[in-house]
Amino acid sequence: MKDFGQTGRFGLLAAAALLATASTGMDAAAQQQAVVPNAPALEWDPNDPRIGLGAGWLDAESAISGLELLAAIPRAEGFFNPTTPADGRFNNTDLAFQGHRLIQGNYNGFQIIDISNPADPVYELSVVCPGGQGDVSIYGDLIFMSAQETRGRLDCGIEGVNDSISAERMRGVRIFDVSDMSNPTQVAAVQSCRGSHTHTVVTQPGDTENVYVYIQGTSRVRPGGELAGCSGGMPDEDPNTALFRIEVVKVPLANPAAAEIVNMPRIFADDQGNISGLWQGGDHGEGTQSSRLTNQCHDITAYPGIGLAGGACSGNGILLDISDAENPRRVGEVADPNFAYWHSATFNNDGDVVVFTDEWGGGSAPRCRASDPATWGANAIFRIGEGGQMELAGYYKLPVPQTETENCVAHNGSIIPVPGRDIMAQAWYQGGLSLMDFTDPENPYEIAFFDRGPLSIESLFTGGYWSTYWYNGRLYGAEISRGIDVFRLTPSEHLSEAEIRAAESVMMGEFNAQLQPKVEWTPSVDVAQAYLDQMVRSNRILNTRAQEIQRVLNGNASASQLNSLAASIEADVVQIEAGELGGDAERMARLASTLRGMAM
Amino acid sequence: MLNRSTTTALMALATGALTACGGSSSSMSTPSPSDGPRIVQPGAPGQNGRSFSTEELDNVEGVTFTEADVRFMQGMIPHHQQALQMTALVKQHATTDAVRQMALRMEISQRDEIELMSTWLRERDQPVEMPMGDMGGMSGMGGMNHMVNGLHVMPGMLTAEQMEALTNARGLEFDRLFLEGMIQHHQGAIDMVATLFNTSGAAQESTVFKFAEDVDADQQMEIDRMRGILEQIR
Repeated sequence: MKDFGQTGRFGLLAAAALLATASTGMDAAAQQQAVVPNAPALEWDPNDPRIGLGAGWLDAESAISGLELLAAIPRAEGFFNPTTPADGRFNNTDLAFQGHRLIQGNYNGFQIIDISNPADPVYELSVVCPGGQGDVSIYGDLIFMSAQETRGRLDCGIEGVNDSISAERMRGVRIFDVSDMSNPTQVAAVQSCRGSHTHTVVTQPGDTENVYVYIQGTSRVRPGGELAGCSGGMPDEDPNTALFRIEVVKVPLANPAAAEIVNMPRIFADDQGNISGLWQGGDHGEGTQSSRLTNQCHDITAYPGIGLAGGACSGNGILLDISDAENPRRVGEVADPNFAYWHSATFNNDGDVVVFTDEWGGGSAPRCRASDPATWGANAIFRIGEGGQMELAGYYKLPVPQTETENCVAHNGSIIPVPGRDIMAQAWYQGGLSLMDFTDPENPYEIAFFDRGPLSIESLFTGGYWSTYWYNGRLYGAEISRGIDVFRLTPSEHLSEAEIRAAESVMMGEFNAQLQPKVEWTPSVDVAQAYLDQMVRSNRILNTRAQEIQRVLNGNASASQLNSLAASIEADVVQIEAGELGGDAERMARLASTLRGMAM
Repeated sequence: MLNRSTTTALMALATGALTACGGSSSSMSTPSPSDGPRIVQPGAPGQNGRSFSTEELDNVEGVTFTEADVRFMQGMIPHHQQALQMTALVKQHATTDAVRQMALRMEISQRDEIELMSTWLRERDQPVEMPMGDMGGMSGMGGMNHMVNGLHVMPGMLTAEQMEALTNARGLEFDRLFLEGMIQHHQGAIDMVATLFNTSGAAQESTVFKFAEDVDADQQMEIDRMRGILEQIR
């Protein structure tokens, strides 16, 4: 049996935990049968290689499909506890990217990692600044970091804050100037009543002088004696409560030290002005999930390219109009009988579909067991209609059961820019990494995965992927207790070489998952081939037409050949739309447009 | 505590582990400790930062748990165990579906949390059981240093008389007593969290902070829900 290995102490502890688990295990099993969720059961392939993987900290067995693991580096010195892999003070958290650098957030600070060669990531600098969660974003010369714990200090000290009311405490968003990456300096510490669990950088199109940061606080409201104006009562008795709002920070880029909260919008208010206007907490009827009272957003993903943000807000998923970044305005909301806690949002590239995740169990509980319903702790996928109306399309959950000792539930991910498809690479904590195709939102399915065995088979220690994000051709996974993993896509029945190359061709100067960029593909043979591959795979193009297109893509076609082919494809599109021809009008139109782009 | 030798050992272990993964081991890499990253600590806004020397690595660990944290965890275990004694009665006696569902949810979460607390204590070489005669620094609890049904009494916990009344109650009377009792019980947990956060040096460690916050939020939510059910059955 493989355990944490290098310390005998750990093995003994684990054995003690086993006894405790065994004594309650029977009851827990009986318990599961007593609860009958009104939700479909998980289904899976019994031969899935992710079942039965051996446990271990840095030596767990793993299973992989459709991906290649290029690198796996453990957490840096000072950012883990060698005797306790799951020590919460050193959890790796969110990721941000800029140029050839990866920023890894950690409860103890953050790291700057050189990813010039993604297969050989090199730690450049460790920055000690505790406070948790340590979610990070980067924008130009600024790094933003969330701090929510009561140990967080203004001076980044590691000694914590003893007094329950103290001017030394920092809970909110820290702003670091990293114009000299080797010497980050803290230029501002924006204090907020509930601290910052997560935050979201929001840009205002047309405004190059400021950037905005939304603070999502989920923690205890601190005493007014520590930060003036803070109180945490319910709205009827405390109309100025720090609950039921987010904070909007305006950051002048020329003088980020002047960053301050400029708005605290009541984004859950109803038409009557009741600031608690959304989900009131509780279940949705017999056998349904109990959803939390909507008094906070856990996370917000801004998509300035479509003027919207998706808010995962406790008991609701909401859409915000952010065309005026300083004054976000709610335009749509949904509740769901399967969701316990709305956790995060990711749009498809077109911006007409949004994926919400449910963090049932809070991320430290095993919620991907065989007995856990297929729609609980899962993704819910919504179509976005006129004016922000959302309509439920489907659910997706990691399609393989995990063990009792693996914390597992839907978590953070980002879009892999394969033209013509909507694909999300998503972290499922110890459930690993799963790539979800949701091009057809009613029928999402898995196209690739990576999973390690549990940290331990005797007891649950929190670990697994916090985030898995795509950046400039590679996938990066932030493993809470194991470090950083880097992957590349490999061709499979679900993904062709051209589709992979087309995705890898999309380059960005900067990436924050909560500030979703609109991807546009430079017309190329790979992009055109990707569309063709998709139509052939789904059998939605005539063989003769497919062969003709393939011949043109294989040869060094001239501009006139490309335009000529585009014209005939456009004629097909007209016929398909008129119902005179079978086929995929949308992809054919994109293919024709790509061919014309190549001809220019 | 971190020190150079354990770190080096870990790196060596990591290298071995990755090689053993098979497949693409040749392209794997692990930074060697000798060229580990520089460690800096920024200062407060407007202040200069500083570098951490290698010798200071031992200090990077920072805040650790305190006696108050240990007492909180040790005290919350019997507190949760009484909740399980109460929910066990629901299976036989409750008449309202909403009460049954509520109790089932509580049973799962309280059981999970007992496991979490026990693991937390064991990992830190602390006894899972609160030492006899120790009220966990719960000052103002003097005179309450006793047991009910084999459990240390903590704030909000039902007295022996209340437990007996609940055990003997039937029909809607049971449901009412269960809800009233559990609201009182949960309020006690919320008070314990407040006491923890008001104690100097407590709840600084991340796991304690997160757990205490979860208890606070979960039990407040359940209190609100139970008040709603109580109004319906009254």
